[in-house]
Amino acid sequence: MKRALLIAVAALGLMAAEPAAPPDRPLADARQETRARALFTDIRCVVCQHESIADSPAGIAGDMRRLVREEIAAGQSDATIREDLVRRYGDFVLFRPPVRPGTWLLWFGPLTLVLLAAAGLVVAGRRRPPEVTALSAEEEGRLAELLREEAVCPDPDASSPNDGHADGSTIQA
Amino acid sequence: MIVEFGAFALILAMSLSALQLGLSAAGRIRHSPVLAGAGQGAALAAAVAVVLAYAVLISAFAQSDFSVANVAANSHTDKPMLYKVAAAWGSHEGSLLLWCLVMTVFGGALARARGLPFNLKASAVAVQGGLSTLFLAFAVFTSNPFARLDPAPFQGASLNPLLQDPALAIHPPFLYAGYVGFSVTFSLAVAALIEGRAQSSFWPAWGRWMRPWALASWGLLTVGIALGAFWAYYELGWGGWWFWDPVENASFMPWLAGTALLHSAVVTERRGALAGWTVFLALLTFTFSMLGAFLVRSGVLTSVHAFAVDPERGLMLLAILGLTAGLAFALFAWRAPTLRGGGVFAPVSREGALVLNVLFLTAGAATILLGTLYPLILEAASGATISVGPPWFAITFTPLMIVAFLILPAGPMLAWKRGDARGAMQRLALAAGLALLAGLIGWAAFEPKQVLSALGIAVGAWLILGTLTEIADRVRLFRGPLGVSGRRLRKLSLGTWGMTLAHAGLGVFVLGAVVETGYRVEAAAVVAEGGEVVAGPWRVRLNDVEMVEGPNYLAEQGRLTVERRDGGAPRAIVAERRFFPAGGQTTTEVGLDFRGLDDVYVVMGERRATPDGDRAWTVRVWWNPWARLIFLGPAIMALGALLSLLDRRLRVGVGARKKAVP
Repeated sequence: MKRALLIAVAALGLMAAEPAAPPDRPLADARQETRARALFTDIRCVVCQHESIADSPAGIAGDMRRLVREEIAAGQSDATIREDLVRRYGDFVLFRPPVRPGTWLLWFGPLTLVLLAAAGLVVAGRRRPPEVTALSAEEEGRLAELLREEAVCPDPDASSPNDGHADGSTIQA
Repeated sequence: MIVEFGAFALILAMSLSALQLGLSAAGRIRHSPVLAGAGQGAALAAAVAVVLAYAVLISAFAQSDFSVANVAANSHTDKPMLYKVAAAWGSHEGSLLLWCLVMTVFGGALARARGLPFNLKASAVAVQGGLSTLFLAFAVFTSNPFARLDPAPFQGASLNPLLQDPALAIHPPFLYAGYVGFSVTFSLAVAALIEGRAQSSFWPAWGRWMRPWALASWGLLTVGIALGAFWAYYELGWGGWWFWDPVENASFMPWLAGTALLHSAVVTERRGALAGWTVFLALLTFTFSMLGAFLVRSGVLTSVHAFAVDPERGLMLLAILGLTAGLAFALFAWRAPTLRGGGVFAPVSREGALVLNVLFLTAGAATILLGTLYPLILEAASGATISVGPPWFAITFTPLMIVAFLILPAGPMLAWKRGDARGAMQRLALAAGLALLAGLIGWAAFEPKQVLSALGIAVGAWLILGTLTEIADRVRLFRGPLGVSGRRLRKLSLGTWGMTLAHAGLGVFVLGAVVETGYRVEAAAVVAEGGEVVAGPWRVRLNDVEMVEGPNYLAEQGRLTVERRDGGAPRAIVAERRFFPAGGQTTTEVGLDFRGLDDVYVVMGERRATPDGDRAWTVRVWWNPWARLIFLGPAIMALGALLSLLDRRLRVGVGARKKAVP
């Protein structure tokens, strides 16, 4: 009996759990519908937690989708639709924040950082030119001799973990 | 009674960690092996104590002991056993204890590590002890998972049903093992700053001691993030797998910094150079881990994943973050002059390529940090509210990564010290040509035609082909007898295979991400039983819908068949909409039809009525081409990390590494 009651309650819940938004009606014109869907992913559902209206099942997201579709059908441009949404809900509604003095750091920060770092690398590279000196004729001769004796084939990855350094004698295997 | 034992073990662990700090530091200062050994013993004992505390918490959840506040708030008698156990890390308190568990177990493994010089090891164990003291104190004083309720309720409030999923049950342990594993690289970096000398032999050896910890943590974090993305993909029912949600970003920042750390450590290990960068990145990676903990637990962010936690605890976490990271970076600034030197190299060289890699990965991490925190900062500064979402990340972060991807295959082709750029380009010409061809084929094969997605395919193919070219080059494929190449192939080190797999896995991921994002097709319709929805080449038929009863939910179960519109075998799949009476929540259980690399992804929506008054349901169908690769790629990358860990070269000097993987 209790179980049946539970099922009945749950069944009611299944039907009433979300205030079901009226189903989406795609625009008849395929190109307009594509435009609408592209816009949906850029617009934040204002009552959700970091969801776009393309993803959100919330009722208001359905209303916002319908609004966008209506405006597209009425021949508005994407920019006008965005402006319209910002007038209603504020900048918060756009997942792509506007470019204005308050967001310059946000928009241009990453590129500036990379450029600064690259400039730093160039300066550091200039300050410390790689110390490479050509071998003297005598050294060349010795090198050729050594190579002949050893008969090693240079492997691109033959460098040992410590090449060019004191051995890692502090390590006990 | 047993719960009090858990609370006692937790307090004991905190005291032992404090002892670990004190004894190891004293041992280091007095050069006393006895004191330092006692500090290591305390580290092991602390690990055992936290393991016992965690066992107690899990048993309280398994027995549904609702006199424990944490169990009452997060469990329910009707839940399946797997989710009762998983609920032990589903809340703020439980997951913080998991954090402490990983930290002390890694600390215990560090205490058992062989081959480190006395001073460095004593300092590192002391620093690790300091970190675990802080986090255990935070758990004991503000977030005790063993707090009792009086009177005990008859029933628990249940875990958020979204979290009742096998992928999510194992996602937090992997994620935390990765996040917190980087605490050891942090401790080793701080210890190196204390002990490090500007001698050329110290830094290569330090790089070799540090790298296994970074590799293990990175591999675990990779698996953890991929499991989380997979959970989001098939449990949220939105058809996507990554939303640039602040909490996702919180896990991605340490991953990027950790990736940069691995690459920078290679240069330090092999050539003694970039020691400053390696130390900096080791500090930065764990700082990002702690920042993530703060963001998720303080309530400053609105996110699907955030724990609802009061700001006071957030403030304490911020204090811990400020104290540890502040001290560490101050020490870094002071000691940085001793970090210069090491092998010199020309701009075009293996080192040069790795420097660029570190540059782009660090800039990428900084970009994500900026995008995640900027709305908070702007709102605090000017009151203006903005949202930073996927379009912003696509414009700023993605180009950085693309440049890094273009350089990537050239790196392993260049020699150390001074590379031959033209030679590398010649050897990669074939791979580049084939990659462009792949892009062209992608452009022709997929609808609608998109130049950007086709270029993305070319980039993914370039990563895979460029990496394979490098292996072919090493074994001199087609430049001698095949037998010789085969012998060379067998003689390649596991580390080489690890790198190859990690890079190729990245290419696999890029291919999946580009194709899935660019070409997925979504369709939705309200259909009655017997109705059909068409998405791309797929036709999905809703055969019937039935009410089924789960252990702690009731579901409308849709049985559907998926078949290609141009014929082929139909396959049956099941999608559910579940209602959980305990919490009054509804979730979707996605129906997934794995078709080769593609997914046909079906979500049952609300019940409606057709115009004639029949029962009908909203059925949403996605065709996600190549979605398999998105999760296969990270799996290959993690396998690469595992192979590198098994490399004989790294086994020298680090003992008891098996314990590092809980």
